[in-house]
Amino acid sequence: MLLTISTTARPATDLGYLLHKHPGRVQEFGQSFGTAHVFYPEAGEDRCTAALMLEIDPIRLVRTRGKSSPDFSLGQYVNDRPYAASSLLAVALADVFRTARAGRCAARPGLPAVPLPLSITLPALPCRGGPGLARALFEPLGWRARAEALPLDPAFPEWGESRYVRLTLHGEVRLADALNHLYVLLPVLDDAKHYWIAHDEVDKLIRAGEGWLAEHPERDLITRRYLGRRWSLARAALARLAEVGDDVEEALEPPVEEEPEGAAESRVPLNTLRREAVLGVLDEIGAHSVIDLGCGSGRLLADLLKRPALTRIAGTDVSTRALTMAAGRLGLDRMAESRRSRLELFQGALTYTDDRYAGFDAAVLMEVIEHVDASRLAALERVVFGAARPGHVIVTTPNVEYNVRYETLTGLRHPDHRFEWTRAEFAAWADAVCDRYGYTVGHRPVGDDDPELGPPTQMGVFTRV
Amino acid sequence: MSETTVSEEGPADGRETRLSVPELGLVVLVGVSGSGKSSFAARHFAPTQVVSSDFCRGLVADDENDQSASADAFDVLHYIVGTRLRRGLLTVVDATNVQQAARRALVDVARAHDVLVDAIVLDVPEQLAVERNATRPDRDFGSHVVARQRRELRRSLPRMAKEGFRRVHVLRGVGEIDAAAISYEKAWSDLRHLTGPFDLIGDVHGCRSELETLLETLGWRIERVDGRAVGAAHPEGRTAVFVGDLVDRGPDSPGVLRLVMGMVAAGTALCVAGNHEQKLVRALDGRKVKVAHGLETSLAQLAQEPPGFVEEARRFMDGLISHYRLDGGKLVVAHAGLKESYHGRASGRVRAFALYGDTTGETDEYGLPVRHPWATDYRGRAAVVYGHTPVPRAEWINNTICLDTGCVFGGSLTALRYPAKEVVSVPAERVWYEPVKPLAAPGRSDPSALAHGDVAGTRYVETRLAGRVKILEEQSAAALEIMSRFAVDPRWLVYLPPTMAPAETSGLDGHLEHPLEAFAEFRAAGVPEVVCEEKHMGSRAVAVLARTPEAAAARFGVQDGTSGTVYTRTGRPFFADPARTAGLVALLTEAMEPLWPELRSDWVVLDCELLPWSAKAGGLIREQYASVGAAARGALPEAVAALEAAAGRGLDVAGLLGRTRRRAENAALFRDAYARYVAPVSGLDGVRLAPFQILACEGRALITDEPHPWHLSLLSRLDHEIIAPTRSVLVDLESGASRAAAVEWWTALTEAGGEGMVVKPAAYGTGRVQPGIKVRGREYLRIVYGPDYTESLGELRRRFLGKKRSLALREHALGVEALTRLAAAEPLWRVHEAVFAVLALESEPVDPRL
Repeated sequence: MLLTISTTARPATDLGYLLHKHPGRVQEFGQSFGTAHVFYPEAGEDRCTAALMLEIDPIRLVRTRGKSSPDFSLGQYVNDRPYAASSLLAVALADVFRTARAGRCAARPGLPAVPLPLSITLPALPCRGGPGLARALFEPLGWRARAEALPLDPAFPEWGESRYVRLTLHGEVRLADALNHLYVLLPVLDDAKHYWIAHDEVDKLIRAGEGWLAEHPERDLITRRYLGRRWSLARAALARLAEVGDDVEEALEPPVEEEPEGAAESRVPLNTLRREAVLGVLDEIGAHSVIDLGCGSGRLLADLLKRPALTRIAGTDVSTRALTMAAGRLGLDRMAESRRSRLELFQGALTYTDDRYAGFDAAVLMEVIEHVDASRLAALERVVFGAARPGHVIVTTPNVEYNVRYETLTGLRHPDHRFEWTRAEFAAWADAVCDRYGYTVGHRPVGDDDPELGPPTQMGVFTRV
Repeated sequence: MSETTVSEEGPADGRETRLSVPELGLVVLVGVSGSGKSSFAARHFAPTQVVSSDFCRGLVADDENDQSASADAFDVLHYIVGTRLRRGLLTVVDATNVQQAARRALVDVARAHDVLVDAIVLDVPEQLAVERNATRPDRDFGSHVVARQRRELRRSLPRMAKEGFRRVHVLRGVGEIDAAAISYEKAWSDLRHLTGPFDLIGDVHGCRSELETLLETLGWRIERVDGRAVGAAHPEGRTAVFVGDLVDRGPDSPGVLRLVMGMVAAGTALCVAGNHEQKLVRALDGRKVKVAHGLETSLAQLAQEPPGFVEEARRFMDGLISHYRLDGGKLVVAHAGLKESYHGRASGRVRAFALYGDTTGETDEYGLPVRHPWATDYRGRAAVVYGHTPVPRAEWINNTICLDTGCVFGGSLTALRYPAKEVVSVPAERVWYEPVKPLAAPGRSDPSALAHGDVAGTRYVETRLAGRVKILEEQSAAALEIMSRFAVDPRWLVYLPPTMAPAETSGLDGHLEHPLEAFAEFRAAGVPEVVCEEKHMGSRAVAVLARTPEAAAARFGVQDGTSGTVYTRTGRPFFADPARTAGLVALLTEAMEPLWPELRSDWVVLDCELLPWSAKAGGLIREQYASVGAAARGALPEAVAALEAAAGRGLDVAGLLGRTRRRAENAALFRDAYARYVAPVSGLDGVRLAPFQILACEGRALITDEPHPWHLSLLSRLDHEIIAPTRSVLVDLESGASRAAAVEWWTALTEAGGEGMVVKPAAYGTGRVQPGIKVRGREYLRIVYGPDYTESLGELRRRFLGKKRSLALREHALGVEALTRLAAAEPLWRVHEAVFAVLALESEPVDPRL
C-alpha cells in the first residue's frame, strides 16, 4: 500500500519535477481497485521524499469483479491487498508515474538521463521466495537491497517469518529505470494466485523490462511467474473443498511427478529409468493391452502409444486436472484416429471397484501406492488384484532405504507420500497380496542398485496364477 | 418355461379371439406390407409401446420409405427395443418381419434382455394387401413386392414356432384379425400380489427333524398322518417360502418332500427349485447323471417309498419355478440368488443363475464350481433371499441374505422372518453329511466393496426429507478425488455435516448478523420454540465410536482393531498419525461411558466441534490470517508516520490519515479475533471436543428422532477432560422477554470473544425449515469479511442467501438420509451414496463467507 522514494540529490525537490507531482500538493488518482494518493512527507533542499499510497477497499474490489470469476474464495475479502506492496501497487505506480517512467521531464529536460542517489522503501512487500530472492532480483540492477522478513505474529514466535519483507533499496539509478524495476518486479515477488491482472497487462509488464530483463540472471523465474498461473474450474472446485475443510488450498493439489534433488550419480533421470523398466517388463510379458492406473500427466502413456504391439491402452487418474494435463501432453484432440482408438483416458479412483479396469493383460501402478493411506491399501488391493484381476500387475514404489542418498531430502520424497517402504516392507506386502489374490511376484531394482541400500525405486512384477 | 408352442386360436366365426401375450416381453408383428399391422398395433397397444420400422426409417433418413436406409433404421429399432426391454416395458415391433433373419434379430434382442417373445402373424389375402397399398400414395412399390413378401411368409410359417418364440399366434383373414383381443399373461415368477408375512427357510437337504423343530419354533402347527408330517399351517396365516434344495445328503429327503408338498398344496408354502431337485428329477427320469454330492442318499431313500409317492414328488420337483418376486417386488427368492437385471425375467440363463449362481466355469481346489460374488455387486432395492452356498451365519450383504447355514453338515437350519427381517436358527442334531470343504463367508470379495458406479457421474439421490437431490457430474468428479485421496475408510465415513446458512442480513447499526432475524424467520415458519447453541470456534468434527473393537467389527466391519475415528467436514482424518486418532477415540469412548446404557447401543456417531481451531487449521491461520495481520502490522504504522509528516508540513491529509489510523485499529482487532482461537496443542494435550448432537446409534437415527434439548441434556452428562461443554438457551419465540434474554445472551457471548451461536428449532422441523441458522458475532466476522468490514456494512448487506439456504437444506436431507440408512443397517453403498453426495454438493460455488 505504501512506497516511498527519496533522493538526496541537490536540490532534492527536483524529484517533484521528475515525478510530475508537486511537493506542495496532495493528489488523488482513481484506480479500478481503489485510490492512489501521492504526497510528500518531506520536501527539503537536501532530502525529498515522495510517497505513493494505495487505498484499497477489498470489498469493493470483489464486488466490482465478474460474478463468474473463478477465484471465488475466502481469500478475496481477507487478504493483504490493502497493506502489501502488491501487483496492484505496481499497476498504480505505472499509471500515476507514467511520464516519469517514460523518462520525460519538460521542466528539467536533462534530469531524467542522470542517475540520482535514490532510496526506496516498501514496508510490506509480499515476497514468495524470501528476502534472498528480493536481493537476487534487485541487486543485479545496481541496487543495494536490504530485505528484512516480517514476523508472522510477534505473539506466536514459533510461527516464524511471514512472506512479507521490509525492503529498502539504495543506489545511483535513473528514476525512470527505478520505476520500471518496481513495476516489473513487484508482481514477480508477489506471485499471488488471486488478483490476476488481465493478460494484456502482462504484456505491458514484459515491455517495461526492455533493456534490462533480457540480461537479468533471474530472467527465467521472472517470466515464469508471470505466465505460470492459470486456474481451471476443476481447481476451483478443489479449492472450495479445501476451504470447507479448513485446509490450505495447496494441501489438495494433485501430486505431480517430481524427484528429490541431489542424487549425485543419476545421469538419466529416475523417472525415465522407471518408465524404461516398466516398458521392458511389458515387452517381456508380451502384453497387448495395458492400463496405467494413476497415469498422472501421461508420460508413460506417451511411451506406450509409441508401441504398436499395444493395441489397447488405458490411462486413469483420480485427478481431473492430471487427466487434462495428460490430454494436453498426448495431444488428444488432434490425435490420428487410428492412434486415438487405441487409447482410453478416464477418471477413476483406486478405492472403488471399476468395471473399466478389467480385461487388460497388464496393469501398471507406477509410483502410486505410496499416495494411498496405508489404511486404504486393502481397498486398492481388492480393486486391482481382486476385481480387475489383470494377468500382470507392475508396481513401483520408492525404496526408503535409499533416501539417505538424497543429500537435501528431509522426510519423504514427496509431500503427498503417505509412506515409503523398505525393501523388506514392500516384499512383505507383495507376498500378502499374492497369498490373498492368487498372484506370484518377482522383484526388480530400478536405477543404481546400491549394494547396501538397494535401488532408489523398487519394482514388483505380479503374475496371476 | 421357455417352451415354444404354436397356438392357432379359434376360427373366424365372429367370436372374439383372445391372444395372450407376456406382460413383460416382446411382441413381433409379422405380415406383408398392407396386411394391417399398424392399424392392428394402434388398436391394441399404446402408441409408445409400438416401434415401427417405417418410423425408424424416417428418423434416420427423413423418408419412411427410403429402403436404402433400412440397415440403419433397424439398428435404431433394435436399440429402442433393447432399451425398452431392459427397462422392463412391453414392446411391439411393427415391421414386415417376413424374413427369418429379421425375426431372428428380434428374438436375439429379447433373449439378450431375458424376456419372452411372441409373434402375431397377420395373414391376409395378397389381393387385399395390394389394394390397400394402392390407396396409399407413399407406397409406390409394385404388387410384386407384396407377392414376394407373401412367398417368404408362407415359407416361414411352418418353422416359425421353432425360431425361439414362446408362441406364434396366427390370425387368418380380416375377420379373425378384427375379432382379436389381447390379454396379458403374468410371468410365472410374478407373485408380487402376495405380501406375506413370510417365513423364508434355507436349504433343508433332507433334515426333516430339524425342519419340524424350526417350524415349531416359528409357531407353525404341523399336521401329522400316521405320525408323519404331511402339512403345516401358521395360526397367524404366515406363508413359508423354501429356497430350494429340500433333498439329498440328509437322513429323510422323502419326509421333507412330503411335508413341503403338503404345505405347498395347501397354499401355506411356496418353494423355488434348487439344483438338487433339478438333478434328482433328471435321475428319476432315467437320464444319465453322476450320482454324487448326496444324490445317492435321496435315490436310496425314495426307493423305499411307494411308486405313487415317488411320481408325485417327481412331478412336484419338476414343476418348481426357479425364482419368485413377492411383496410388490420388494422380495425376491431364488435358490442361488439372482442379480437385479434378472428379476422377473425368463430365460435359460436366468434359470441357470437362480439354480447354480453366477458360475465362472472354473473349479476350486475342492473341485467345486467357483462363483462370482454377485451379492457384492448387488445394488437392487429388492431384498434377495437365497441359499445354495453354506455360510457360517446368515448375514445381510447389500440387501441380500444367504439362509443356507449348512444344517446337513452339522451347522444349523435357518429361517428369516419377513418383513421383520429377524433371523431364527435351530442347530443341526448331528453332522449328517461330511462337508467337502469348510464353511466360508460368502464370496471372496469384501462385502464392503464400493463401486465407481455407486458415486460417479450425474446422480439423483432419493432422500426422505427433500425428495430427489441432483448431483452434477463435475461435483461428483471433485468429490471422487477428495474422497479417494484423503477420506477415512468409507465404513467409518457414515455422515458429513451439511453447510449452514447465516441469519438474514441485519439492518441494525454496526451489525451484519443479529439474533432477531433468526428468531423472526423461525417464527414466520411456525416454529414455537428454538434452542440457541453456542457456536464453538474450532473445526467441525464427526466422531464415530464403538465401545470395543469387537463392536466395531460387528457393526462397521472394520477389523483392524480400531474402534472408531474422528474426521473433518470433508471426511479427512484430523491427525496424520493414526496413533493420535486412536488416542482421541480412546478418550472419547471413555467419556461416553455414562451414556451407553441409556442409548442401548454399543456404537454412536457424534456431531462435534474440535477445539482449538488451530489444532487443525494451523496452516490456514498462518497462511491466510496471520499473513494479512503481518502485512498490516508492517505497512500501516509507516503509512501513518508518512501521513503525519505530511500533515506536519501543512499538507491536507486529514481524511486519509483518519482512515489509515482506523485501518490500523481494525487490523489490530482482526489480529485479536483470530488469535483468540489459537491455543498450543501437543499430541492430544490441549485438544478438546464439544459434542452437540448424537447423530445415530444402533437402530436409531437420533438426528431426527430426538429434539435438540434431549441431545444437549444427555451430552451435558459427559464429564471428562476431553469434553468441552456446549452452552445453550431455550427460547420461546412467542415471548418477547424470552427473545430479549436470548439476544442478551448472544451479545455477552460474542463480546467475550465467542464466535456466535446456532439457532435450531427445538423439536425437529420438516419441509423447508432450515435445520439451523448461524448468527455470528461482530468481531468474529472480521476474519470472514476482512478487518475493515465494519467500514463497508452498507455494501456487505447486499448479500444473497438463497443458494446457501437451498444447499443447506439439500445437504441436510442427504446427511439425515445417510444416518437413517445407517441406523436401518442398509448396505454400505447406500450410506456412502448419500455421504458422497454431501461432499459433492460442497464443491458447488457458493459465497464462502456465508
